[in-house]
Amino acid sequence: MLDRITGTLDFNAQALKLRAERQQVIAGNIANADTPGYKAVDFDFSRALSEATATQSAGASTLATSSAGHLASARAFGSDGAARLQYRTVGQPSMDANTVDTDVEQARFADNTVRYEASLKFLNGQIRTLMSAITGQS
Amino acid sequence: MSLFKVFDIAGSGVSAQSRRLNAVASNLANAESAASSEADVYRAKQVVFQTVLQGKQKDEAAVKVAGVVEDTSAPRKVYDPKHPMAGEDGYVVYPNVNAVEEMVNMISASRSYQSNLEVMNTTKSLLLKTLQLGQ
Repeated sequence: MLDRITGTLDFNAQALKLRAERQQVIAGNIANADTPGYKAVDFDFSRALSEATATQSAGASTLATSSAGHLASARAFGSDGAARLQYRTVGQPSMDANTVDTDVEQARFADNTVRYEASLKFLNGQIRTLMSAITGQS
Repeated sequence: MSLFKVFDIAGSGVSAQSRRLNAVASNLANAESAASSEADVYRAKQVVFQTVLQGKQKDEAAVKVAGVVEDTSAPRKVYDPKHPMAGEDGYVVYPNVNAVEEMVNMISASRSYQSNLEVMNTTKSLLLKTLQLGQ
């Protein structure tokens, strides 16, 4: 019964976890901005979030594969549970095959930071609503 | 939690860039160190960066300095037989340090250093805010 109370927090909690993972990926891009041969990566946040919340509720839609030759669907999560990373499209080519554009990465990092804080705020609001319902005070 | 790993990643970036600045400082300091022969003269050093995947997943990409390589271009020779360090043929050998390239390297390294530092500061404030969840 308790999980029906805390179930309302699941969406934002999952969003928070995925935002933290995206923060890590973008930080890796920024740290490797000068490494020759490094390709900038990122993952599709909205797809990852919809798939993560779908697997928690019943009826996640995945292609059933019964033979080794069947191709798996392009899910947002890889087999190890982490989000499947995709390469960024290259803006300016560089001589050492590095595709990191520091300006783009910094903009995405700032964007992700604000959205992380927004998720925190929503989560806080939901917790406070629950607390006021539990204690009976408005 | 993933945000703690960001400290490792950004910290590795900061230390790699500071080693690059070390190399730049060494090169600029030794730009005029004369020697008698090509074998003894100081050669410009550069650091080589390499990605380090922590764990098996590709989303934890730290950076490390894989090695320090020496510039193999020919050093500068100046004909000055009266110089105390002149060799038998009268040439004094100076290092192959290009000051303009080193300054560009320094600007790029300091910009990357600042980016990584900003990542660490932002992550720290996010974690502190997360700790206050529910209060």
